[in-house]
Amino acid sequence: MPDAIPPYSAPLLAMCGVCKRYGGVQALRDVDLAVTPGEVHALVGENGAGKSTLMKVLSGVERLDAGTMKFAGRAWKPAGPVQARRAGVAMIHQELALAPHLSIAENIALGVEPRKFRGLGPLAPLDRRLMHSTASRVLTRLGHGGLDPARRTGDLPAATRQLIEIGRALASQATVMIMDEPTSSLGRHDADRLLEVVKKLRDEGLSIVYISHFLEEIRRIADRFTVLRDGRTVATAAIASSTDESLIELMTGRSAGAVFPARDRQPGEVILGIDQLVGCPTPSRASLEVRSGEIVGIAGLVGAGRTEFLRCIAGLDPTAAGAITIHGRQLDLKTSIRARMRKGLGFLSEDRKGEGLALSMSIAENLLLSNFKAVSKRGLLSNRRMQTAANQWIDRLAIRSGDPARAAQTLSGGNQQKIAIARLLHQDSTVLLLDEPTRGIDIGSKVQVYELLDGLARSGRGVVVSSGHLPELLGLCDRIAVMHRGVLGPARDVAECTEASLMSEAVLGSEAEVAA
Amino acid sequence: MMMNSNPVVEQVERSPAQGWVRRVGRLAAPFIGLFLVLAIFTAIEPGSFPTVRNGQTIAVQTVVVGIGALGMCFVIVCGGIDLSIGSVIALASVAGAMTLDAGYGPTAAMAMAGGTGAFCGLINGGMVTALRIPPFIVTLGMLGIARGLAKLLAGNQRIAPPPESLGWLEGFVDKTPEIAWLLVAPAAWCLLATAILAGFVLRRTAFGVQVVAIGSSEPTARLCGVPVARTKILVYVLCGLGAGLAGAVTLGRLGVGDPTTAVGLELQIIAAVVIGGASLSGGEGGILGTMIGAFMLSCLSAGCTLAGIDNSIQEIIIGGIIVAAVTIDGLRQRRNR
Repeated sequence: MPDAIPPYSAPLLAMCGVCKRYGGVQALRDVDLAVTPGEVHALVGENGAGKSTLMKVLSGVERLDAGTMKFAGRAWKPAGPVQARRAGVAMIHQELALAPHLSIAENIALGVEPRKFRGLGPLAPLDRRLMHSTASRVLTRLGHGGLDPARRTGDLPAATRQLIEIGRALASQATVMIMDEPTSSLGRHDADRLLEVVKKLRDEGLSIVYISHFLEEIRRIADRFTVLRDGRTVATAAIASSTDESLIELMTGRSAGAVFPARDRQPGEVILGIDQLVGCPTPSRASLEVRSGEIVGIAGLVGAGRTEFLRCIAGLDPTAAGAITIHGRQLDLKTSIRARMRKGLGFLSEDRKGEGLALSMSIAENLLLSNFKAVSKRGLLSNRRMQTAANQWIDRLAIRSGDPARAAQTLSGGNQQKIAIARLLHQDSTVLLLDEPTRGIDIGSKVQVYELLDGLARSGRGVVVSSGHLPELLGLCDRIAVMHRGVLGPARDVAECTEASLMSEAVLGSEAEVAA
Repeated sequence: MMMNSNPVVEQVERSPAQGWVRRVGRLAAPFIGLFLVLAIFTAIEPGSFPTVRNGQTIAVQTVVVGIGALGMCFVIVCGGIDLSIGSVIALASVAGAMTLDAGYGPTAAMAMAGGTGAFCGLINGGMVTALRIPPFIVTLGMLGIARGLAKLLAGNQRIAPPPESLGWLEGFVDKTPEIAWLLVAPAAWCLLATAILAGFVLRRTAFGVQVVAIGSSEPTARLCGVPVARTKILVYVLCGLGAGLAGAVTLGRLGVGDPTTAVGLELQIIAAVVIGGASLSGGEGGILGTMIGAFMLSCLSAGCTLAGIDNSIQEIIIGGIIVAAVTIDGLRQRRNR
């Protein structure tokens, strides 16, 4: 590496016109990215904008369909993540890629263990001294020289484990390091320390591609940024030349279409009250009131704690403190989900395939699973009643299925989602908690789901919708609250919200929190 | 400089001493179990349990379970399981007996038994990696196949080679060795040596670390370029080889190749590994613990025999111990989380 490189010199890494398609989804179209030596280059964009896909292409996990990549002046065609790491491009993963049972030194050397008597192949004794000295050396570079490389990785706190992964990249002499939301699982103090490490590596001449949703972080460490939106590059510039507002506009940059139902609903009395709810480990503070006849949106980034919040209310995740009131009656915090369902609570999981539906069971069984009593006769399931009830829901929700005896997995995503929602109605839910109800379904089905939710609210039910997609919440909800790192902000009337205000609250936290 | 190590954070991390304490704690359970078994039977049968003669019996009994458990330890640490090991032992002993019957020597018989076991392991490993079938199912299938094959080859009866053809194999597993200063059967010493070698391979070679990595987190191992398929196959081959050698030892002890031997032995072998501190979800386990587990089980069965406790009661006790060991493992994992 030459020393003293002026900023914005010839790129060390250049991606040009990169395209990538997954099945019917065009994840990347003509994306350009150029990273110069010794810079921190921030890659920003909304969830699903293509950041992770782009980095997978760069680090050799995925092949590109079209476009060119150059690294250090040569064509860059990594055969896989291992080859990419050996050649100098290392990825630091969002889900930590460490074996918890192995020691620090063993994890750093994993896959490239130094051996004595190499002729013995994989059974050659390890050169443990070299493994330990390598580990000590990189730990010292990362400011953790005091850490014993023989320690078990699983015993270390999350922040230190993150450093071990960075250490693995350093040990392999990486010149480009890709960090995918490295601070998303860290507290503020640990995040600060990690940012210092990133700066130090940059000062030592490494190039870092830094993916993060937190604008204040990007402002602190990045030199330049690239914004992706809907799989396209929309801007590349020096960070100093931009404002938070302009970044947010670049990231969102679109308006909601006419896909949402009219919003002349009449809210009634409060049917769900949540007061100072604290879950383990998130949310750390959340209060919310939901009235009958309204749709309340929960906005926030992935990992902000939206899912955990809804799961705490549903009784699926443990709750440490706070009060939950349904229809004026306060729940004991240890109440089972079964008892909560009887009180009128219905929860829709974000993980439709894994948790929401039993895909191999029939449509009818999936519809009726949570309330077989209604279709039983003297304690025995009645086939006729099941048929009738299932057909009734299929008609009411316009589910295109044909035969309720077919397996749920034969349906499209949108129809599967309708079945999951129909189940909540079959169990007579009056308060619906819906986590990402339109994830992974096409726009036509989305519109139908929006209409369905509108109808439910109009019939006097209270609906809570959690979504990472802001235009959806803005178009659908009466009020919206934003979750930021486990803290739920106040629910504001949708007329007071804009995409930019919600996005800035999601990435910066609410002003109320700053003031407190 | 901001990068100096921060005392606040260092305090949050568990100290190395605690990690060491936990490692000892992991081994403490099997040691305590062993001590209890020894104490109980010494109390019940003071005249016959704590004797040299009984010790020699126990040592020989440990060999079959122990050598099988060594390979099983690798499989379990790797996140797999091998249910076929009892049947493979029987098949290997039949194959060894047929080799002797055909006029070859004991060395050839042992090689044949080992090779048969290793081949079964290769099939197991190949099915697990190439066809991506869960090891539970693959080895359950092999359990039936190997047992049936053993019966088929032996024509549903024992194969009794001429007694003199056993040669050194008979002395190898003799309770009271010809060379008196050995004290216990040479096979027991060989088991000890093999165990030390296995411990070295598991902890001190790239292969061993990669086995732990696969059991600990297979996606991580793959991401780091560990040859996952090759390592897994090798692990099942090792386990099969152990089973084959255990089959040869069984042949030496019985003097015949018996296709109905070692029924249910897979449970004892898995129990030995789990009692020794291995986790059935992979990533954890060790050779020393496994050996203690195997030793404890043979003490238990020898003690029960001496005390006149029925075989069926023994099976109930071993079943209970397996459940207890796995429960302890579950509790330990929950606490670590």
